[in-house]
Amino acid sequence: MQSLRARAAIISNIRHFFETRDVLEVDTPSLSQYSVTDPYLQPIHTQNKPKRYLQTSPEYAMKRLLAAGSGDIYQICKAFREDEVGRQHNPEFTLLEWYRVGFSMQMLIDEVKALLAMVLPVQTCDQRTYCSLFVEYCNLEPVLSSIEEVEYCCIQNELDDYAKSIKDSLLHDGFPKNANNKTIHELSDDKRQVLLQDIYRDSLLNVLFSQVIEPHIGKSIPIVVTHFPKSQAALATIDDNSDYANRFEVYFKSIELANGFNELTCATTQAQRFKQDNLKRNILKLPEVEIDTNFLTALNNGLPACSGVALGIDRLVMLALDKESISEVISFNYDNC
Amino acid sequence: MANFSTNEFKAGLKIMLDGEPCNILENEYVKPGKGQAFNRVKIRKLISGKTLEKTFRSGESVEGADVLDTDLAYLYNDGEFWHFMNNETFEQIAADAKAVGENAKWLVENDVCTLTLFNGSPIVVTPPNFVEIEIVETDPGLKGDTAGTGGKPATLATGAVVRVPLFVQTGEVVKVDTRSGEYASRAQK
Repeated sequence: MQSLRARAAIISNIRHFFETRDVLEVDTPSLSQYSVTDPYLQPIHTQNKPKRYLQTSPEYAMKRLLAAGSGDIYQICKAFREDEVGRQHNPEFTLLEWYRVGFSMQMLIDEVKALLAMVLPVQTCDQRTYCSLFVEYCNLEPVLSSIEEVEYCCIQNELDDYAKSIKDSLLHDGFPKNANNKTIHELSDDKRQVLLQDIYRDSLLNVLFSQVIEPHIGKSIPIVVTHFPKSQAALATIDDNSDYANRFEVYFKSIELANGFNELTCATTQAQRFKQDNLKRNILKLPEVEIDTNFLTALNNGLPACSGVALGIDRLVMLALDKESISEVISFNYDNC
Repeated sequence: MANFSTNEFKAGLKIMLDGEPCNILENEYVKPGKGQAFNRVKIRKLISGKTLEKTFRSGESVEGADVLDTDLAYLYNDGEFWHFMNNETFEQIAADAKAVGENAKWLVENDVCTLTLFNGSPIVVTPPNFVEIEIVETDPGLKGDTAGTGGKPATLATGAVVRVPLFVQTGEVVKVDTRSGEYASRAQK
């Protein structure tokens, strides 16, 4: 009960934070006709037709408001992701998401730092690029290195069984049964293979990041990691000729706390990324997702240049109160609701 | 043996890893916002006793280990094997030195021990937490010294050497904690 009082106080402070900055609180629907194409997010949906999906985040709806001329907005809402149960996961969780019109990624990062300094007992945050962390802790350039170099890095960090399991799953699940047993990097460079390589490389980079880099970073103060590989751009802009996307994440005490983008505003590029996601889903043997045409129409009408970020409130409260698991900072956890 | 998927992983589940039966000690589900989920698992290898951390791809399946814990009474040692008996079925099982290991010194006749069987053969023998064994040799303590400070070494009937308080004498039966190898008290007569 004490945790719930502290949680309420934190949320009240957050509302005040945005009020003083003139950011409007909005409330968008939790149930939607469309869901996200992201291959690694599984939405929860209704049984009866027409199917409605519980949001995995309020991103599309909020961008529709931005395109309609809302100006700066924030929302504190519930988001839902199937099967995500653990110490740091609850399938239903509380998300704070906000958008700042005309903000660069760095301007938004500075605002995130100010919010964290208000809620957590820390004065400042570190900031590093994804690439520099890989070079320092893995001795690996994440994007330009060959896949063999990434594999070698996994071997050095005793993740070779994991790498093999990912590779096997892609080879077995991703190809027809009669496909010959060429290894991934020997395959011809048709589009499918490029995607397959992307998935394989990103999977290895992800596990290296969480298992090798994360234990070293954000131990005493939060760290903002910026510029993720462009294959992990999601809905972030990519500067011309850059291998990295304008995406950032915040880590503190081995917890991934927030994820933000300088937002992609180009409808054509967005439509291509959706298509790409569906191709990846195809390779991963996941069902294709119908593309949210309402969202694309909004982009076509013109999303103002902006940056946005989503921050896990449950995790933030957990860190502020120095608790070990999400279940300690929510009223009833998933096994008891 | 059945296969187990990572979402069935929990503490106490026995799985095969590198051809060796292992016990899962801890299992943590990790799902980065931008990629595939995985399970960070802490495992103890049952034969070598080594503890290690392993990363599994979520959804991956591993073979379960045919491992069974059974409570059996210790009978005797024939020089090569330690013999145990099931007090209900009277079925006997022999464990070799590899399975018994260091715990040989805590085996007392008729004590019920836990034998971990892998494919029917014992791989680990765990004695009861407390055993009572007679002291066969210890220096006589100084008279009047009741509690003692450092204690003194005492050799037990099974060969184990434990530190006991100065007032405890040869011929007495002491209660020892087999997990720490420390003296607990004099046995209740």
